[in-house]
Amino acid sequence: MDKKNVRGFLEFVYDFYKSMKAHEITLVYEGEITHQITKAFTSLTESNMAKEEESNTVQKKVFHVMVECLQNISKHADSFGSDDFLFAGRGIFMVSKGDIEYHVTTGNVIENAKIEELTRILDHINVLDKEGLKQLYKTQMREGRLSEKGGAGLGFIDIARKTGRKLEFHFLSIDEENSFFILTSTISRTE
Amino acid sequence: MNTIKIMGTDDTPTVILDAENEVFEISGRSLPEDVTAFYEPIIRWLDDYASNPNTKTIFTFKLVYFNTASSKLLLDILMKLEQMHEDGKDMLIRWYYPEDDEDMQEAGEEYADIVDVPFEQVSYTLN
Repeated sequence: MDKKNVRGFLEFVYDFYKSMKAHEITLVYEGEITHQITKAFTSLTESNMAKEEESNTVQKKVFHVMVECLQNISKHADSFGSDDFLFAGRGIFMVSKGDIEYHVTTGNVIENAKIEELTRILDHINVLDKEGLKQLYKTQMREGRLSEKGGAGLGFIDIARKTGRKLEFHFLSIDEENSFFILTSTISRTE
Repeated sequence: MNTIKIMGTDDTPTVILDAENEVFEISGRSLPEDVTAFYEPIIRWLDDYASNPNTKTIFTFKLVYFNTASSKLLLDILMKLEQMHEDGKDMLIRWYYPEDDEDMQEAGEEYADIVDVPFEQVSYTLN
């Protein structure tokens, strides 16, 4: 790096640091989500929460949500028919911690063709109340099939049940083929 | 009949299936990298056991955490036990949950709703 680039890079690092602080981000990762990564992140967050004497209930909820979010990326981030595609099983994963709640955010590339179906599934979950979610989970467990990658179609329902909130999701258009799918789950620290 | 003894890890449960000593237990944490591969031998063992089960079978679940993919496989196991019950065998499920863990208690209730087999909920204190 020449001098000008070094300067630019240092500024980027500092801005990135400030931005993480501003958004109270305690963990951020971009890349392939493997089982090892899932284990490392959940145990890191678990020990942090234990150190901060977070209640058992909150710890369990955060753990549940993290596992399901990470597995969503590893199983669904698009591979575009090829395993070595740049975005296969990859995405961004963030945990932030504010005074009253935790946020677990994931972002990954998906094909535009899948948006409609995904939106339908998520909207359906979002209209259900506690009892409705419970029934849907039971039905899906009984009737759903495990996909090749081990997905049971239960992750989103479980996140909605564990957080007690609507699933908050957005699609940012990338180009004619792809979009970026963002899901934020919020876990209250006070309940 | 052979026995299954799998020691638990931080992502796989302890599994003991020992007909001779009448121990049938799944406990700990379940989020295996490959759930199907992990539970397949257990399901197969139950298929074998179903052909000649003990007079009474008490199956213990004592899990502290399982992911959604595991929940599906746990139901598959429970349905094997339900089948034995339907075939007239004496079966009992004991579902243990930490006393402060409503979600684990509720998970037990949900399974009890789905499968038709005697089902006992037992709370315990975590040390």
